[in-house]
Amino acid sequence: MIQIKGSTRRRLLGFFILLPTLISLGIFVYGFIGWTVRVSFSNWNSFSKLMKGEYIFVGLRNYFRLFEDPRFQTDLWNTLFFTLFFILGCLSLGILLAVLLDKGLKGSRIFQNLFLFPMAISFVVTGTVWSWIFAPGILPKFPQGMNLLYKLLGLESLQWSWYTSTVSIFHFNLALIPVIIAAIWQLSGYTMAMYLAGLRGIDQALIEAAKVDGATSRQIFWRIKFPILRPITLSAMIILGHISLKIFDLVYSMTGSGPNNVTDVPAIYMFETTFRANKYATGSAIAIVMLVMVAVVIVPYLVSSMKREVSK
Amino acid sequence: MKKVLVILVVLLLSYAAFASNQLEIFSWWTGGGEEEGLLALYDVFHKYYPDVEIINATVAGGAGTNAKAVLKTRMLGGNPPDSFQVHGGMELIDTYVVTGMMEPITGLLEQWGIKDKFPADILRICSYNGEIYSIPVNVHRGNVVFYNKAILEEVGIKELPATWPEFIEALKKIKAAGYVPLALGDKNKWTATHLFEDILLSTLGAYNYNGLWNGRTSFDHQGVKEALEIFKELMNYINENHASLTWQDATLLVFEGKAAFNVMGDWAEGYLKTLGWTPGKEFGWMTVPGTKGSFMVVTDTFGLPKNAPHRENAIKWLKIISSVEGQDTFNPIKGSIPARIDADKSLYDDYLTWSMNDFATNALCPSIIHGSAAPEGFATALNDTINMYITTKDVKKALREITYAAEDYLE
Repeated sequence: MIQIKGSTRRRLLGFFILLPTLISLGIFVYGFIGWTVRVSFSNWNSFSKLMKGEYIFVGLRNYFRLFEDPRFQTDLWNTLFFTLFFILGCLSLGILLAVLLDKGLKGSRIFQNLFLFPMAISFVVTGTVWSWIFAPGILPKFPQGMNLLYKLLGLESLQWSWYTSTVSIFHFNLALIPVIIAAIWQLSGYTMAMYLAGLRGIDQALIEAAKVDGATSRQIFWRIKFPILRPITLSAMIILGHISLKIFDLVYSMTGSGPNNVTDVPAIYMFETTFRANKYATGSAIAIVMLVMVAVVIVPYLVSSMKREVSK
Repeated sequence: MKKVLVILVVLLLSYAAFASNQLEIFSWWTGGGEEEGLLALYDVFHKYYPDVEIINATVAGGAGTNAKAVLKTRMLGGNPPDSFQVHGGMELIDTYVVTGMMEPITGLLEQWGIKDKFPADILRICSYNGEIYSIPVNVHRGNVVFYNKAILEEVGIKELPATWPEFIEALKKIKAAGYVPLALGDKNKWTATHLFEDILLSTLGAYNYNGLWNGRTSFDHQGVKEALEIFKELMNYINENHASLTWQDATLLVFEGKAAFNVMGDWAEGYLKTLGWTPGKEFGWMTVPGTKGSFMVVTDTFGLPKNAPHRENAIKWLKIISSVEGQDTFNPIKGSIPARIDADKSLYDDYLTWSMNDFATNALCPSIIHGSAAPEGFATALNDTINMYITTKDVKKALREITYAAEDYLE
């Protein structure tokens, strides 16, 4: 009988324990991604064609038609601006709140929890509530939400149509602003928590040493704390980035596609194309485009963190 | 251990034996009067077939969006319910009949002697190649305008506008008086398309409108362009916040005395009644200008899928829902009219009686956005076009997109 060494045995055991997970991941994640790619190259753009099950390869036709589609073009612009402002907003608000809380003022515990609470709410609830807050109402007689508040404060000049606005400045639809605000409200508490953990993890000896050397508190922040927090910023960007590229529920419940698709995003278009119009091939193509977008953001991060682990 | 196993097997077997007398009904009737109506219908069924157990398979979600996705998956997987709710017309034909998943039921209707109890037009909507595939349970009307009587009185509109120029005159007057002339709530897009299809019916007329769906009328017809022009004109009289409202919100504007008119299917009548209004007292109604004599049909139907697990019971179900008793039980609760023309009118309110009279005599036209006239791909494309058109107001572009969609999705 061959003696199996302890370490090999442990390794084998580990492998077998992982096997079910590996198999199901292989089928249900990577297998289905592969299947979606296959569907996106097919002509299955109606229920009857899908039912016939006859696979006709059409190459990249679905993708070409998609990129010619004005609605999809709007979607891509919307995603770009949404992601940009959403990440910027969350990061800057998050770090600001974290720094304030880190000062350990009275009641900071309570605020720390308060800022975190929105994260516990589902996007659908956030979307519904903010859709009421930013509903313009019928101006000037029956303002609603923010517009009503402005009226009570005598600031009528600030009233505008919020997410029903169709104004667009260099492809940036102003109607996205209320949606971005809602998203930042929900997730800036999360970045705050990450930054706060980072700040609390900084070795106090460093700060003390800097103080002894006569550094101002501003210098301490920008020269010492901020560089130390850089990995946290990167992780937060990755996490927020993939949320915003795939966002569906918040926008769907808050504004829908909006007039002239001003608040439309690829995920909503994918849902409608696939399950309303029965255009499975085009819907799959949208899904793959979204996957590629997310991959562009996440893969470099994964590669770099894997390298780091190997070097360790 | 063995004993437990034996008991389990016996239990399973007895369940299977019991299960053979089941009936699974699939629908998206989960809210308000719809669910109550469905349950009342089950009661009628149990009165005649007390030993059949009904499985009420419902999937919530407005207009059946989620339910339809679930149903498609089940049909694809060869696991059909015994009978399912589906909008009569293309939503049934294009998806399930053409693909050979349904059984024709013309023979059943003939056997029960009720084929002539439904208007021929509505059975034609539910037919393919001369065979009937589903039984309409209820009918809603799409081309109705509801109005706030007090506002019209205050503004001094005595005669209801019957044509578009008259209607726009009235809208002008109302706008001058400081009210929203025409309430629209198109956050979910379809309401704008609903308005557009009503205008399309008026500019084409019932004969040509119905011809769009069998190739008799071309989309190059002048009426399509005219409809876009009228639609554009009407957009000057809607509430500016339309994109933040749902259809209920828009109807609510009429109820709150902020808006005068609302073009909506007659489920809005049910909603106004829920809010506490009496038809004819606080609110009135009329057909959409230029569509008198035409009836835009929105209908829910049930059919017989091939390989239904309990086919016998499914046929019993179809018999019950096509009976006068079944239809008169369901519809007064749901707030719609029966598809049979020999129903008991005394059970229905003033509005519904008016609608029933028209239904029996008018030309029936299938609705696009409610799944009857065209495949779902066309309806979705039209939705997109109209949604962009409201903002861009580019007639040429919209017309081109509609023509393309017609080429893509209609044969």
